[in-house]
Amino acid sequence: MSEKINIEQIAELARLNLKPAEREKLAKDLESILAYVDQLKELKTDSVPPTSHVLPLENVFRKDEVKKTDIRDRVLEHAPKRESNFFKVPKIIEGA
Amino acid sequence: MELFELTLKQAKELISKNPSKESELRNSLADRVKTLDPKVKAYVNFASSQKGSEGKGALSGIPISLKDNIVTDGWETTCASKILKGFVPPYDATVVRKLKQSGAYIFGKCNMDEFAFGSSCETSCYGPSHNPWNLDYVPGGSSGGSAAAVAGNLAIAALGSDTGGSIRQPASFCGVVGLKPTYGRVSRYGLIAFGSSLDQIGPITKTVEDSAILMNVLAGHDERDSTSADVPVPDYTSFIGKDVKGLKIGLPKEYFVKGLDPEVEKAVRQSVQVFQDLGATVVEVSLPHMKYAVAVYYIVAVAEASSNLGRFDGVEYGFRAESSNLKDMYFETRDQGFGAEAKRRILLGTFVLSAGYYDAYYLKGLKVRTLIKQDFDEALKKADIILGPTAPTPPFKIGEKMNDPLSMYLSDIYTISANLAGVPAISIPCGFSSKNLPIGLQLTAKPFEEGTLFRAASAYETATKWYEKKPKL
Repeated sequence: MSEKINIEQIAELARLNLKPAEREKLAKDLESILAYVDQLKELKTDSVPPTSHVLPLENVFRKDEVKKTDIRDRVLEHAPKRESNFFKVPKIIEGA
Repeated sequence: MELFELTLKQAKELISKNPSKESELRNSLADRVKTLDPKVKAYVNFASSQKGSEGKGALSGIPISLKDNIVTDGWETTCASKILKGFVPPYDATVVRKLKQSGAYIFGKCNMDEFAFGSSCETSCYGPSHNPWNLDYVPGGSSGGSAAAVAGNLAIAALGSDTGGSIRQPASFCGVVGLKPTYGRVSRYGLIAFGSSLDQIGPITKTVEDSAILMNVLAGHDERDSTSADVPVPDYTSFIGKDVKGLKIGLPKEYFVKGLDPEVEKAVRQSVQVFQDLGATVVEVSLPHMKYAVAVYYIVAVAEASSNLGRFDGVEYGFRAESSNLKDMYFETRDQGFGAEAKRRILLGTFVLSAGYYDAYYLKGLKVRTLIKQDFDEALKKADIILGPTAPTPPFKIGEKMNDPLSMYLSDIYTISANLAGVPAISIPCGFSSKNLPIGLQLTAKPFEEGTLFRAASAYETATKWYEKKPKL
């Protein structure tokens, strides 16, 4: 038996405002995909280690060096909204 | 022969003999795109008045087209998503920097499924691309624009990205050559991330040799990508034209099962005969967990995607839905900015990573991924190459699978496991269906043995010459 999805809760976690019509359709899609994924339960995997990454890499370090760049101005050039050298967003602190 | 018909190798030879041909080539290609791309819709952005190349090197004067998820300094880069409309990156991806240093220049940006989420190019916010072999059919996806451009002689060569088949499946559908290199072989710095443990950039080209020429430029370690491998890069063109005598070709018995289109099966089995006639030997191998690959992928890839797409919130770049408070701005920006498939994957990824479900889904997926990787390790002990179809069917019609996500996902059933295992794989043309639509053959090798793929693929290509057949646009 596959999971029933609480689509409102998941949408909240994913920071998505779903329209009511979308919600129902997406919940149905997700449940059918999860029903398909459920075939993995056939496999015994208690003693199998997980693979999150196929390369045998561990911490990769490089020197932390200061380099000159004009990146700040170039990044801000295409900001949706800016004020001097900052990205501008709606007020966050209530009553401020 | 028109200049837009040239392969990468021919274009290289032309310009090295006569550098003044560079602008002729550019104009020929630009005119072709202006005339025919309104039908194919392979491009989302192309510049007909390019000033051309800056560097000098192996690719001097060669125009290269890029999937629109590879960032390009000064060019809008959108991943075919409304949420990145207006994003003009202030830097080049490492592959772009390497192309420019070798003398190539960027010709245009190609259409794709939104954020590479799809197998048909239909989830693009710009609308679908069309298959040059029959405009009613999809070019495959997600690098569908790149593959359609190369197939339709609207590009000399292109780059795509492959997370579960997104280079190989469209190459198969469009009758061109598509390589997914070994995980870590090509830097992903500047590739807008989808599934970080799976993504690779690779070439989509008219011939196998063109693919090798491009890999000579693209491959190698990059300190800006901590997952790029510090493994020496051979001269890939040295594998072109070698024979395949004694090469061991593995046929997984799990490949030839229900769901495989009979015309595809026939074409693939005939290719086995071609390899045998060329002196290769055939052995049976087994990939017992292959049938679980799509299920694993739709846990692992969506989990990674939902994390990677967390950065799109309307604050720093791209689209923003203005609101009076910050939280509404985040929620509305994401709701309006992402398309249906992106939302589906973000939600699914969020679900499999959420408290209470992590072990049952995400951790389970990672464990089965280990089993799939072990299957490849074992099979590739017995064989130098694994051979099979790239896609279970020839191209399907535009609209045919859009309302059935699962059936769309299953069109990647033969390609997904190479990404899960990190091994390199190439799709090359191996025939046509009764509707005159291309069929692709997939070859897979051990990690970092792209050279073996080029050796086998070029021998097959020379023997069959499928690439000589072109769509009439």
